[in-house]
This record gives sequence, structure tokens and C-alpha cells, in this order.
Amino acid sequence: MRVGIVGYGAYVPRLRIRVEEIARVWGHDANSYREGLGIEEKSVPSLDEDTATIAVEAARNAMRRAREVKPSEVGALFVGSESHPYVVKPTAATVAEALGLTPSLTAADTEFACKAATTAIQACLGMVKAGYIRYGISIGADTAQGAPRDALEYTAAAGGAAYVIGAGEGVIAEVEATYSYTQDVPDFWRRDGDSYPRHAGRFTGEPAYFEHVINCTRILLEKTGTTPRDYDYVVFHQPNSKFPLKAARELGFEDKKLHPGLLVNRLGNTYSGSSLLGLAAVLDVASPGERILLTSYGSGAGSDSFSIRVTAAIDSKRKLAPPVIYYLDKREYIDYSTYARYRRLFKER
Amino acid sequence: MSVSGVPRHWRSQRERYRLLGTYCENCGTSFFPRRKICPKCRRKGRTREVEFSGRGRVFSYTVIHVGSKTFDEYAPYVIGLIELQEGPRVLSQIVDCKPEDVHIGMEVEVCFRKLFEQEDGGIISYGFKFRPVDDSWVEYYGKLLAEKKARTAQT
Ligand SMILES: [Zn+2]
Repeated sequence: MRVGIVGYGAYVPRLRIRVEEIARVWGHDANSYREGLGIEEKSVPSLDEDTATIAVEAARNAMRRAREVKPSEVGALFVGSESHPYVVKPTAATVAEALGLTPSLTAADTEFACKAATTAIQACLGMVKAGYIRYGISIGADTAQGAPRDALEYTAAAGGAAYVIGAGEGVIAEVEATYSYTQDVPDFWRRDGDSYPRHAGRFTGEPAYFEHVINCTRILLEKTGTTPRDYDYVVFHQPNSKFPLKAARELGFEDKKLHPGLLVNRLGNTYSGSSLLGLAAVLDVASPGERILLTSYGSGAGSDSFSIRVTAAIDSKRKLAPPVIYYLDKREYIDYSTYARYRRLFKER
Repeated sequence: MSVSGVPRHWRSQRERYRLLGTYCENCGTSFFPRRKICPKCRRKGRTREVEFSGRGRVFSYTVIHVGSKTFDEYAPYVIGLIELQEGPRVLSQIVDCKPEDVHIGMEVEVCFRKLFEQEDGGIISYGFKFRPVDDSWVEYYGKLLAEKKARTAQT
């Protein structure tokens, strides 16, 4: 039985702030951030947008593409995020209600830094394969927080992507194999009640991101008996432009296989949305028969890898919803004072 | 809204989340908000719940510069009377455009946003708002395909 993606959808808020504008406020050298992080601008949510609203918009786009799926056939919905609007009260229930999927389904919010939604895709794949549900939806969405003046402020962005998982003729991208790699690593965290995450600076590179992304991908390749040459595209979690490029080169993927799904220079790091928006951008252009390797990364730390093969069903479904590039182009720039107001950085009274 | 306002707020939640209204099969008229009986047909009416397409036009609008306390942080913002494709008129905020760009007759579509947040850790209210229709994304697929062909030809 062919199991995989039957619909996908993206959403990115339209506001942007440029690296120069943030650097101007803090007296930083903009070029060192632009070149060091490989980022030009990042998306910013409007005052009335949060993880729940982004998740709904992305999931509505995914359901437009998954046109054969009736709301009553969706048996599970997960929202992976590190910026759920409530600490207690599930985003997933709000999204399920907005999509008209209630009450006959299971729903939950998942958390594992930036890989919460790829893990939920694995859960959906398992439930579909076991026959517990016909279709499941996993959504990765975030309105990422970076403390003012911290390096994270240049990249912490907003956006999300949703995937409808199912089986049969409607599958546009078959998941051939998946593998995960997890260890306890203190590279990035946020305690309950804190507004901003803390990170271990340079420690986030070698023992955290690269250790997990590279090993997870390498072991998936071994287990499936494939090599980088067997893939037409590779997508990694993208906290900046440098990390995924370095990981791809170390694993032996040519740069051109990474570029179609590398969005961080114009988008910023959308955390739980990051690798899944990259995958969506690849599905926007991929042809039947092409193969995609996806590896997410979540601090704390772990990676999920997927070997994906695009099917002929993609041609008729892709055009039913906007491509990622449309959202990247549809933008309005704001200055730092507007940004500060929208991010509620000013304390009143 | 106090915590005691939560149940009333919850009862109207479904129609805010999904833009649900009523359709009368006897006279073919749609209504928003929902109604139990068709005001035109009375007892002869046959009503059922309907989810509207979410497309419509701006029938009239006003720009709010000083809002009530709940909505003040959004100012200036646009409140529009939207005439849905199916006929009913809906009062809603119009987002994702500057107040000066809104005009009567402008095509709009539904989107999902925060409506307001209660102070001091109260509930967050979500529901529909409207934004300008932008179908320009349809053109992108031709461009993406052409770019891909050019790339493949190079290699
Ligand atoms: Zn009637």
C-alpha cells in the first residue's frame, strides 16, 4: 500500500523586516549578520496572527489540494510548535474546529523544538498504515520569539506548513522510509513563564545540529541502500543558510539539490515550519518520479529523516493552492518601531 | 468580556470559525447569522446549515482611528460590510491592506485571525476576517515550470 502525502499547504504572514533595519537599531554591522547567517529579511506576524491562525491557513491550503478527502474522513490532527498560544488549551482543537473536522477525531499539540511536526507526520503515517485512521493532518507552525538584540532576533520568523497523510491513488508523494535520531542535548531551551528561549551559542552547531542532521540522514541512506545521487532534492531544517549548506556538502549532496527548498534567506527561521515549508517549496516544482530527502532538526535534540518519492498525482493537485514563492513575494516591509509594536515589546504603563 | 461571558461567546464560535449560515431550500435565500426559520417563508421554509464560499465584495466600510479598548491596539483598522457571493451581508474587519486601499466593490475573501484577547490571561477569540482577493498565485506555476525547464537544460 502506497502511504504518504495526499495534500500539502503553506502560509507565511505578509509583513517583513530587513536585517539592516534590526542592525540599525542595535548598532550592529548588518553585513556581518547578512553574510554570517545568510539572511536578508524575515517574516513577522500581524497583531492578529499567531500559531493557531497560521496553522488554519496552511491546513486550509492543504485540504484544497487533498480534494478527495472529506472532513469526516480525517481521524487525527496534530499541531507541532514551540509557540502555542496557550500553555494549557490545545491549538489542535481550534484548528480542527476551523476546518470542520470535529468531533470524530483525535487531536493534540506536539512539542520537540523545531521538529515537532515531522514527528507528528510519522505518527500519522503509522496510524494510516495500521488502519486506525483514513487520513491524518500534521501542521508545523510558529511565531518564533527572539529576545531583542539577541542574534536570534534576526532570524526568528513566522509561518507554517500542513500535510495531509493518507494512502492510495491520491498520494502525491510517497514516504518510502523514515528514520529518527534522538539524544539529550542542552543546546536551546525555554522554561515555562520565560518569554524568550536561551541557547548555548556556538554549542548549537557541531554537537547539536550537525551531529543529528548528518547522522540521521546518513543512517537513513544506509538503511534504504540509497546514496545522495539517488535524490533530486534535499531539504534540511534551516535556522540560517549556512548550516543546511554545510550539512548537505558534508553528506555529498550537490548545492543545486538544496536550493529549491532553501527559503531561510527570504523567510527567516520559522522553527516548526522551517523544513516543512522547504519541502512544500520542493513539491511546488517536483516532477513525478523525482525523489526528495527531508531531515528536520529539533533542539534538545533530534532529527527525523524521510525518503520521499513524487507520484504522477502531483500534477493535478499542486495547482489547487498557492505555491510558497507566492507568499515570499507577497510582502510589506515594516520598520523596527512597528515591529516592536506588533511583537508587543513596549510595556504600557 | 468577563469569564462569565465565555459560554455565550462559545455558542457563536462555530459560525465565527467557519462562516456558517442558513440556506432556505424553499425560496433559495441565504442568511447570516444563522436562523432557525426562514423569515420569508415562515412555516413553509426548509432551512439547513451552509458554509459560505468566503468570497464577497465590500458593500461599505469605515476606518476606525480610535477603537474601543478591546480593539484599540489594531487602530487604524477597517470595518467593512461585506456582501457575500451567496447574498448575506457580514460585518467584519478587513485586513492585509492599508485603509486607503480599501474601496467599495473591492473583492475580498475570508481568512482566519484573532478577533480579540481578554486581558489578564483570559481567552483568545478567533474567527473570520476578510482580506483582498489575490489570485495572482495561479500565474506562478507556469513561471516555476519554465524556470525548472531552463535549469534542466543547463545541466
Ligand atoms: Zn425561505
